[in-house]
Parts: sequence; C-alpha cells; structure tokens
Amino acid sequence: MSDLPLVQADRAVPPAAPTTVTGGRGRRLRLLSRTDRVVITLMVLVPLLLVVALVWLPAVATVLLSGTNWDGIGPLGEIDWVGWKNYDDVVNIYPPFVPAVQNNLLWLAALFVVATPFGMFLAVLLDKELRGSRFYQTALYLPVVLSLALIGFVWQLIYSRDQGLLNAVLGSQTDWYGDPHVNIWAVLVAAGWRHVGYIMLLYLAGLKGVDPSLREAAAVDGSSEASTFFRVVFPVMRPINIIVLVVTVIESLRAFDLVWVVNKGRNGLELLSALVTQNVVGEASRIGFGSALATIMLVVSLVFITVYLATVMREEKR
Amino acid sequence: MTTMPAGRRRPLRPARVVLHLFLGTVAVGWLFPILWAALTSLRSYEYTATHGYVSLGGWTLDNYVTAWRTAEFGKHFLNSVYITVPAVLLTLFLASCVAFVIARFSWKFNIALLGLFTAANLLPQQALLIPLFRMFTEIPLPAWMSDSELLYDSYWGLILVNVAFQCGFCVFVLSNYMKALPHELYEAAMVDGASVWRQYWQVTMPLCRPALAALATLEVTWIYNEFFWATVLMRTGDKFPVTSSLNNLRGEFFTDNNLVSAGSVLVAIPTLVIFFLLQKQFVRGLTLGASKG
Repeated sequence: MSDLPLVQADRAVPPAAPTTVTGGRGRRLRLLSRTDRVVITLMVLVPLLLVVALVWLPAVATVLLSGTNWDGIGPLGEIDWVGWKNYDDVVNIYPPFVPAVQNNLLWLAALFVVATPFGMFLAVLLDKELRGSRFYQTALYLPVVLSLALIGFVWQLIYSRDQGLLNAVLGSQTDWYGDPHVNIWAVLVAAGWRHVGYIMLLYLAGLKGVDPSLREAAAVDGSSEASTFFRVVFPVMRPINIIVLVVTVIESLRAFDLVWVVNKGRNGLELLSALVTQNVVGEASRIGFGSALATIMLVVSLVFITVYLATVMREEKR
Repeated sequence: MTTMPAGRRRPLRPARVVLHLFLGTVAVGWLFPILWAALTSLRSYEYTATHGYVSLGGWTLDNYVTAWRTAEFGKHFLNSVYITVPAVLLTLFLASCVAFVIARFSWKFNIALLGLFTAANLLPQQALLIPLFRMFTEIPLPAWMSDSELLYDSYWGLILVNVAFQCGFCVFVLSNYMKALPHELYEAAMVDGASVWRQYWQVTMPLCRPALAALATLEVTWIYNEFFWATVLMRTGDKFPVTSSLNNLRGEFFTDNNLVSAGSVLVAIPTLVIFFLLQKQFVRGLTLGASKG
C-alpha cells in the first residue's frame, strides 16, 4: 500500500492560503461550484437509494408486517393489526421453532468453541517463519472460496448412505444427511471446515499487525510462548477478536445454503433462515408469521452489527 | 507451542518436525474432501458400484461429459456471467463513489452513511426476503428487459439485489483506503481547477487500483457463489446461475455420486482458478475488511 505514485513536481502547490484551509480533510463544501455539488449529491444519492430501497426498507417492512395478519394476497387496505399474536404463535404453536433456535445456537457454539479457536491456533502456528507455510495456508483456506451450497455437495460424497466414503470406511449404514439425530453434526463439520480457514486468514493478518517488540519484551521477561500469546498478543488483537466474534455470530445466524441444499431445512436441520424462507416461497405463504420469525433474526443481528460498527469506527478514529 | 519465536534462535529440530507433521496432517485433511470429489469424478459408476469407493480403477472422463450435458452447465455458466460481471462492476463503481465522498469531504453525515452501508452488508438476507419478494413481484419490467416482465425472475433483479448487499463491504474497504491517500493530491487538483468528478475519476480511482483489484476478485467469487437470492427470486429453471442450479442437479443425479462429484468440480473450477491465479488479491481483499490493510 505504500507504493503510491508521487504527485508530479510541477503540480505541487505552495501552501494554500489560510482562508481555504480549515485543517485536516477538505471541509470546504461551500466553496464548491454548483455542478460539483450536484455531482457529489448524485454520487451519494444513487447508491444510497438502492441500498435503502433493497435493504433498509424491506427491513422496516418486515418489522411492521410481523404485527399484521396479511396473507400476502389481499390488498394492503385489508391488513389488520394483530399486535404480538404472530410472535405468540411462533413460540407456542409452531413446532419447528424451538429446534431451529436450538440448531442456530448449536451452530454458533460449534463455530465459536471449536472452529474459531482452531483457526486461531493454526494462524499462530503459521505466523512463525516456517518452510512450506504457504502450502499449509493455501490448503487451509481453499474451502473459503467454495460456496456453502457446493460444500454441501462435496460432503455428500463422504456422507451419502450407500455411496459415501464414511460408511464404506466405518462399515456403518448411517444416513449422515438424512438421520435427524446426526445430520446437524454432519452439516456442522462441513460448515466448520470452511470457517476454520476464514478465521485463520483473519488472525494471520491480525498477528502480522502485532508489534514484534511486544513479544520480544515478553520473551526477555522469561514469559513462555503460550503465556506471551494469551497475556500480550491476544489482548492487543482486541479489534480482530471482536470482528471475528461478530463474523461468527452473523455467519451462524445467516447459515442457510448448506441446509437448504441438503433437505430445505427440515427433519433435524431446521434453522431460522430456512423457516422464514419456507413461509414465503413454500406452499403456505404466511406473511405476518414469517415476518415475526424474520424480525427475531433482524433484532439479534442488529445487536451484533452495532457492536461491530462501534468497534470498526473506533479503530478508524485512531 | 514448544518452538521458539522465529528469528530469535535456531529452533530445536524435533519440535519443528512435530510442527510440520501436525500442519501437514491438517493440510492434507483439509484438502481431502476436494481431492476426494476430484477422484470420484474421474471414475465410472459401474466400477465403483461393483468395487466400492475405497478402491482404485475405472478411470474415465465420461462423468464430466454426462454432467455437462444433463445439467446444461454451459447455459448456467453463461447465466452466472450475465449476473456476476455487471453486478461486480456496478458494485465497485457505486461503492467507490460513496467511499470517495466519505473520504474526501467531511460533513456530519459521514459516520451515519458509512454505518448505513456497512450494516446493510451484514444483515441476514433471509430476514428481508418477505417484503423484497413482494416488491419484486410488483415491479414491472418491459418485455425486452425480461421475459417475466417483472423484476422477479429477471437477471436485472438479481444484479440489483447483489449490488445492494455487496456495496456496504466495498464502501467500507474503499473509504478506509481512500482516507489513507495523501490529501495534498486534491489540493493540487483543486488548484488545477479539476472538478469533483475529475478528482474522483482521474486522481483517486487510479490510486485505488490495488484495493479495487482485491475487491473485484473477492466480489466475483462471492456473487458467483451467491445461492440464496437466485434460489428465491428466480423461477425459470433455464435462468438460474450455476450455483443455484446445483439444487436441480441434486434431483437429476440423485443416484449417482460420481456425476454429483463431476458437477461439483465443474462448479468449483472458476473459483479455484481465481483462487490460484489471484490468491494474493483474494486474501488481501478479505483482510482489508477486517484490519486497516
């Protein structure tokens, strides 16, 4: 990033007159011509409208719809406000809801307790100057470039009951993707396989940014490598830690592709995202009800998005 | 770990050996599912059906030919191109516009604007499906743009939705990158009387090439891999991009894992090519988002 071309010498400017300089970044909007102001407005407005129309407006609409009994067909005028009824129904009379929440939490726990620490551990090992480090890194993050839908198919070759490698090796007859007692674990192995590489990559970048003198100082003090990591390096990587935490939470909440290609999120693979989708594109389109499920997802994600933004914005101010 | 930090002292040999053994095992284990898919795809179904999958032999390329024909990969790859190329270009263009304004001028909405874009990238897409689905089925398109005459079931709709969701990440990365550019550049351009547009297009954008290259690599991979929107916002089987056409493949190849593996390898090839050719860009793109590059 440091090899920016220099400004050509003949374009170099003497220090600008004090009246135009207000310090730091240019904050001279009022000095801009009318055309410039129109251009700036368009540069912001066009992308903004797109994002508001296709992301934020639907988000607000989801929350509003979750309080109605709209069936998705009738005119908007016939919508009745039903308050919390949809939420009540979701929690009390919708059997897949509890398994879905459990599975989402299990997804989070598996990524957070197993895959994330393992990715971090591998990053620490690979951060050393090691012969062949590139090969190891490449192998580990290769799955990151594959879509989770494709990963579902790649693992089917291992999990399939009749033609899968796992049963051939174990001599068992388990339908790893079909059996509701084991399929969530089978899917989690595949999801973790990808997550580890991603986390390793993030921490590898984080570790490169840690001031080496910190480690040297700790080593001089006789601190072991493990304790140096946990007491010096890990705390310094706080921003990366928070980003990894948020990435993990969001990934677990957004998990969808993998279970959808396996069995559309039924029969042991219920996830909130799949339930919402079933309620819209499935046979029964229950808009208010589906929106209540969606709103639950939105609220959880917004909490963590706020944490994320607070972290990265604080970083930026430094 | 038992080895010493690099650069301090010559590391102990046995510890290094253990480390290499461990990393080598993990790396091979990580590659295994992909290698297994490649291996299975090269063997005939008859051979593996009689000898089992834990065997060697029955080498053939027929699975690729059959998979390509049955699943009509040619068409679906083309669909992916129709969606991915415009979506990536538009994302980078719109995101760089916003990023430029955020980085170049300070006004009180900067932080809010950045937050609005970045957060949009992180929201769970499924949670926005219901209104978006309705919206897409209500917005008409002229017949020359889409034979569905709706935003629903059209490439346009998919391109727009991908752009809207991916913009956030690019705005975030690019605005950080642009803020690091020396501000004197603009002073010089201003003295030359360069308009804001020229400052953006002729001063800032050329300097952002490394970041744009990294983001382009990443976005091509992500949009090519995008599964959810294409699955729910498309109806006509012929128009599905390759990643979501995978789901149809499941029905057609249900009983033949060798065909499934050939199909999987075919779908993986574009991303693997990008990965091996542009690995540096890919990694840089991912980590630019997490740290300050």
